Amino acid sequence: MPEQLVFAMEVFLNGLMAGVLYALVALGFVLIYKASGIFNYAQGVMALFSAMTLVGIMEGQVPFSHLINAMLGTHVHHFGWHLPAVLGILLTMVVMVGLAWLVQVVIFRHLVNQEPIILFMATIGLAYFMEGFGDLMWGAEIKKLDVGLPQGINLWIDETTFNIFDYGFFIDNLDIVATIIAALLVGVLVAFSQYTKQGRAMRAVADDHQAALSVGVSLSFIWVMVWSVAGFVALVAGIMWGTKSGVQFSLSLIALKALPVLMLGGFTSIPGAIVGGLIIGVGEKLFEFAIGPIIGGATENWFAYVLALVFLVFRPQGLFGDKIIERV
Amino acid sequence: MFYREAGDFKTSYQDDNQTFPIKFDRYRYYFMLFVAFAIIPFMINDYWVNAVFLPFLIYAIAAIGLNILTGYCGQVSLGTGGFMAVGAYAVYKLMTMFPEVSVLIHIVLAGVITAGVGVLFGLPSLRIKGFYLAVATLAAQFFLVWLFNRVPWFYNYSASGQISAPERTFLGEPITGPATEAWAAYLVCLVFVTLSAIVARNLTRGSLGRKWMAIRDMDIAAEIIGVNPLGAKLSAFAISSFFVGLSGALFFAVYLGAVEVGEVFGINKSFLVLFMIIIGGLGSIFGSFAGAAFLVLLPVFLKNVLVGGLGWPTDLAAHLEFMIVGGLIIVFLIAEPHGLAQLWRVTKEKLRLWPFPH
Amino acid sequence: MLDQEQGYVTADGRQIGGTVMDMRNITLRFGGVTAIKDISFDIREGEIRAIIGPNGAGKSSMLNVISGFYVPQEGQVYFRGEKRAPMRPYEVARQGIARTFQNIALFEGMSVLDNVMTGRLTQMKAGILSQALWRGKAEKEEVENREICEKVIDFLEIQHIRKTPVARLPYGLKKRVELARALASEPKLLLLDEPMAGMNVEEKEDMSRFILDVNDEFGTTIALIEHDMGVVMDLSDRVVVMDYGRKIGDGTPEEVRNNQEVIDAYLGVSHD
Repeated sequence: MPEQLVFAMEVFLNGLMAGVLYALVALGFVLIYKASGIFNYAQGVMALFSAMTLVGIMEGQVPFSHLINAMLGTHVHHFGWHLPAVLGILLTMVVMVGLAWLVQVVIFRHLVNQEPIILFMATIGLAYFMEGFGDLMWGAEIKKLDVGLPQGINLWIDETTFNIFDYGFFIDNLDIVATIIAALLVGVLVAFSQYTKQGRAMRAVADDHQAALSVGVSLSFIWVMVWSVAGFVALVAGIMWGTKSGVQFSLSLIALKALPVLMLGGFTSIPGAIVGGLIIGVGEKLFEFAIGPIIGGATENWFAYVLALVFLVFRPQGLFGDKIIERV
Repeated sequence: MFYREAGDFKTSYQDDNQTFPIKFDRYRYYFMLFVAFAIIPFMINDYWVNAVFLPFLIYAIAAIGLNILTGYCGQVSLGTGGFMAVGAYAVYKLMTMFPEVSVLIHIVLAGVITAGVGVLFGLPSLRIKGFYLAVATLAAQFFLVWLFNRVPWFYNYSASGQISAPERTFLGEPITGPATEAWAAYLVCLVFVTLSAIVARNLTRGSLGRKWMAIRDMDIAAEIIGVNPLGAKLSAFAISSFFVGLSGALFFAVYLGAVEVGEVFGINKSFLVLFMIIIGGLGSIFGSFAGAAFLVLLPVFLKNVLVGGLGWPTDLAAHLEFMIVGGLIIVFLIAEPHGLAQLWRVTKEKLRLWPFPH
Repeated sequence: MLDQEQGYVTADGRQIGGTVMDMRNITLRFGGVTAIKDISFDIREGEIRAIIGPNGAGKSSMLNVISGFYVPQEGQVYFRGEKRAPMRPYEVARQGIARTFQNIALFEGMSVLDNVMTGRLTQMKAGILSQALWRGKAEKEEVENREICEKVIDFLEIQHIRKTPVARLPYGLKKRVELARALASEPKLLLLDEPMAGMNVEEKEDMSRFILDVNDEFGTTIALIEHDMGVVMDLSDRVVVMDYGRKIGDGTPEEVRNNQEVIDAYLGVSHD
């Protein structure tokens, strides 16, 4: 087998796994959008915030310690405890649910019936607020997150591929775990929205707010729930990316990676988010591999967007999105 | 008491069409121009020019540009940073390629070039709308920044990958480069800002402005009454990008002098300008100024109070600024979607009736 | 059959001219659904032509075909003697066809005056430079068109709300502003989509009077869709009746009223 092709295969596999993570973030967007018509730009910052909170809780950081120290002249930093990961994740989830409730009560309750673009801009404001808030609460330095996920090269794949191609593929264990967890999560979410009472209510709200209200669905409960679920998805994504490259500002930029995924897959479609994520993950890695060196590299920065843009011009509703019908 | 329409009869439609129909407003406007042109240049120092006046004036141009596209034509763009970069690199290339031509012409040409690029990235707006389009404009943002970062021709193969403005003079006085005096830089930006505001005002009150607003308010109805959506949207992209490019050119050539594209024209710049028009007021030229002033002054104020006054570390002040800006965006979207400009308008409305409001 | 060129005289003695709009064998389908099935009719210079029919008969689709928003799969549209090639709605507007909408489609962010001025957009040709400087053609044009709009505003008695933002107006006034916007373009053919929907009796009377006055004073040719049979019979010179996408009657109100098929459609005789 020619060498280039083997390399390309490795790139393909890595792209596939990156794509699963993109899909995971995109899923958070789709959930909120379907249920409330809000396009939540803050999803990425939510992932960052949840990862920061998780680290903070596990390490026993004192929240707002910098602020307290600056105002009172004290030197508090840590409570001095270390919590196990499971407990940390549970507590973080409680925080994320609280956040979901706050977001609903403080912001979106007052923006009912506004145009989607106004809601979108409000979430940009939310993203800025949470970014500052998270940094203020937990400090802006890069943090290490370790919840016990396996990391490093997967030796089995390395050996097997070496035996076949004479070249061992480098595939990170973490990526494999992330792929499995993401796939599981997607399955759980689909099952949740299809087979549970709350899930049905959520889809009813997505279809028509007023009709849902008239059959006794509590809108604000559903919205808090959806934001909580999105917070959970953000937490999972935050753990994956945080474990991989540390909890830092750039983590919030995964939202920017998820946007083209959504454009490609359609904002309302869960399968769209998954397929779109995979296409973009594979596409950008292969493009960088094949074309990147010729035109200066780092094409991952824009490839996804340009691909989505070109695609949208020909199919404005995305791969799986609902068809847009215009009426007078 | 002076603030009245009564007694100030309009006898022609020209009179009725003017920008400041109330006499008091008109005089205040002339007074402001007088202060800005004839008094401030003699009073300012380097700190005030670099921390407040230059960023304010330059961002005001960018905000006017984005306001035309978003506030008047209803097309949200998150690519402002990228288009400012086009203006900056265009003026840089022009300055180094044609050193004998006046830099003022280069700045205008940079705007024209940016207008062309804007039209190119505006083409998808014919097929996609709303936040689909907003996301699509991010393509422009990322692609353009990447382009200027990676293609050495744009930064003249300089080792650092930066661009820096050579010295150029106007009437013997340097207006770009390190030797520029504070007042000269201020005056150059002031002239551009004044002209931009007048042109933007004229365009938005005439037939082109009505086309844009028709598209914004209801695009299908606009098309049925005879507005060509292609022409209206692309002209909005072109003119908006022209102003944004102008501001990018000034930002680089007159204000910063040296620029690293990812740092200066990144996505945060796009959001900053968008926030300016939300806080200032969508669809208002005055709002563009108000928003720019607000978001330029806020960090200066916070820094002076928290860092200078209370002795907090600077990073705390920066985090607080993020929170305040984000919070304000939400507050304005909830309470006053038309921004500071609307608050101002309401105040004027009340003033007109004062002291007998009924 | 009426002659193409020759007009006719109405019951109240008005002379109606030749054909302005001629729809020939129009068929419009959405996917598998046929909204309009092989319909032909004409609209003549100076007349008030009504299209009526029960809900879902295809009236609005018909109006959308005339205004160019839908392009029919079969059939031809002749406007002022010329066959109309498939064109975008804004090109149709530039030929002189203006319309109002069933669910008011005003520009909510603009004042009444600006809304009416948008009706003049097809006539305003000043270049971008002239507009940017507010000198020369742009300024002149602005004033000339303003005069035309002010006439329409006077005519429809909405002077007092000239500078009010449209969003603040009540429903009935909005309908009137929408009519003003359509009239401002000095249309050769004016399409009214349920001009009286949702109005009370008084507002309906006002609107009827305006429609008759427009027709009378400007000689504007009008085609309208309306549910209120009383209004239709009083206002219009000739009526097309549609049911399930087909034409089941065409003629003066008197003729239509006595048409058996029309009576069946309105009284709800079952179709097979």
